[in-house]
Amino acid sequence: MTDMKTKVGTDPVPASVSQKTRSGRRLAPVLIVVAGAILILILSYTLPPFRNYQLATVGAYLCVTAGLTVLTGLNGQLSLGHGALMATGAYAFTLAQNKWLSMPVSFVTAIVVTTLAGAVIGLAAARLRGPYLAGLTLAVAIVVPSVTSTFDGTFNSDQGLSVMLDPPPGTIPMERWQVWVCWAGALLTVLTLALLVRGRFGRQLRAVRDDETAAKLAGINIARTQVLAFVVSAVGAGLSGALFAVLAQSVSPGAFPLTLSLFLVMAIVIGGLGSLFGALWGAVLLVALPTFAQSIAEQTGSHRLEGNLALVVFGVVLIVVMLAAPGGIASTGNTLIRRFRRTR
Amino acid sequence: MSQFIYLTFDGLSRGAVYAAFALSLVLIWRAARIVNFAQGAMAVAAVYAAYSITSATGSYWLGFGVALLAGLVLGVTVERVVMRFVDHSSPLNGVVVALGLVLVIQGVLGIIYGNEFRPVETPFSRDAFEVGGVAMLSRYDLFVFAAVGAVVLVLTLLFTRTAIGLRMRAAAFAPDVSRLLGVSVGGMLTLGWALAAAVGSLAGMLVVPTELGLHPTAMDVVFVSAFTAAVVGGLDSPIGAVTGGLVVGLLLSYVSGYVEPTVAPMAVLLLLVVVLLGKPGGLFSSSRARVA
Repeated sequence: MTDMKTKVGTDPVPASVSQKTRSGRRLAPVLIVVAGAILILILSYTLPPFRNYQLATVGAYLCVTAGLTVLTGLNGQLSLGHGALMATGAYAFTLAQNKWLSMPVSFVTAIVVTTLAGAVIGLAAARLRGPYLAGLTLAVAIVVPSVTSTFDGTFNSDQGLSVMLDPPPGTIPMERWQVWVCWAGALLTVLTLALLVRGRFGRQLRAVRDDETAAKLAGINIARTQVLAFVVSAVGAGLSGALFAVLAQSVSPGAFPLTLSLFLVMAIVIGGLGSLFGALWGAVLLVALPTFAQSIAEQTGSHRLEGNLALVVFGVVLIVVMLAAPGGIASTGNTLIRRFRRTR
Repeated sequence: MSQFIYLTFDGLSRGAVYAAFALSLVLIWRAARIVNFAQGAMAVAAVYAAYSITSATGSYWLGFGVALLAGLVLGVTVERVVMRFVDHSSPLNGVVVALGLVLVIQGVLGIIYGNEFRPVETPFSRDAFEVGGVAMLSRYDLFVFAAVGAVVLVLTLLFTRTAIGLRMRAAAFAPDVSRLLGVSVGGMLTLGWALAAAVGSLAGMLVVPTELGLHPTAMDVVFVSAFTAAVVGGLDSPIGAVTGGLVVGLLLSYVSGYVEPTVAPMAVLLLLVVVLLGKPGGLFSSSRARVA
């Protein structure tokens, strides 16, 4: 760690921690991501196609939950507009893909466009706090169908667009290929974020969240930190949206409703704000809970339960977690680890 | 010109509803420093209750009364069961819990009533009167003005002329001192939520028939418009909420009429951004912000 001089008060690492463990903090995410990649590769060969599709969906969700948990958990900015940013990424990807038929180019386009969108929203967001920011981003989430209907020449209104994808290379089944694409994106996002938040940027994020005045006195540019945090999380959302376009092979405003944005908030809160493992938990829940609710709905044979039961379960879990354990799933793990370390 | 007159009246009528809804947000904000993001879903729940009663009995007014009652009950329930236990150390917590409520309410409504749009009757005709060949107001618009006017009047009298209103203001402004003076601060908070939810239900009853119909998510867009109205006027100011509501209503009406209806949500977003960046305290904010 080179920036010992500028250490900010909120640094969670005590000063007594040796240089060796500090470099370990950089190495750990790389190892975890490599292990994750191997695990995913094995899973993609052993799981049946439908499970592979679900696994790919978890990866796509992980991109956005990881970014959002950094924004909300570490920087204290609540965004209800990440569903809209996902839509931005998905539409940018689709338009680029249908024009140039090159997936790398399309992904880059999606990322560039959402970076710009994230910067614009982030510039406004950096001046807002609490409920004002939530209200503004809510308005952004609501405006998606309006935009696609107004410029229906480009976005084709409510019907949306279909994505022209080349078939996967060789004899690889579609689902396995989707797992690889989605998890490549997810693991890259997580690795980038993990390295970012472990360094100076992460300390600045936390410092701004905890006490803006103190952070300012420590020489941190508050607005720049907040805009950067928003842009970083927007890129995650854009990549996630592009991956969803790959998964569904179509985009429409109906795929990015307000409930999606609320689900994302739910996922990171339940997973544990500010923890990338929490983001993984949240992404898993986003896929697992609706499947679970769906199977209950099918057993009872009531078509009204479909979709709606998932809403109720999500909502109840969200409220209970907020009231009982604001740290979320990841924090219970952390508490155990801390207890373990203390007894050692 | 005739279109301008028609759009103006239409905008004022819409605006009156947004004003009522914004008032309900302001009421809770003043009482508890929470923007109730679940207000829209709560209002829809009340409208569904009214819908059930009206379909069962055939009486609009019985349903209307039930909606207001359902609003009161929902407000009390939400405050007593959920919001009271939220940790207010971070302003995010209240927002997140309210979002959880949105999911629960919309899910439960979907399970009970299904997710199709249901047409809702209006008690009065929505055909506009014509004065000299110019379409102006409908009977329903007049009903909306009367209802919202009555709410504003009752709330003003309640807060400025009655002892209970004074207690509510005191409990919100200086909870500790009020408690020492014998005011039931918790009770006033519950009352504030109940009142706000009832006003929100009234707004829901007025706005749902003019939109696509009854649906668990019917108030999402209305909520954003009302939030914008409340922010335009300043979250702390009831007069501001009413003015903001009328401004947003007129804006929506002109944009829908002269440009295209699909552009309207974007216009609201633009107004929200401009106000938040230009005068975040709202047009009616006092020079010194209240800290408590």
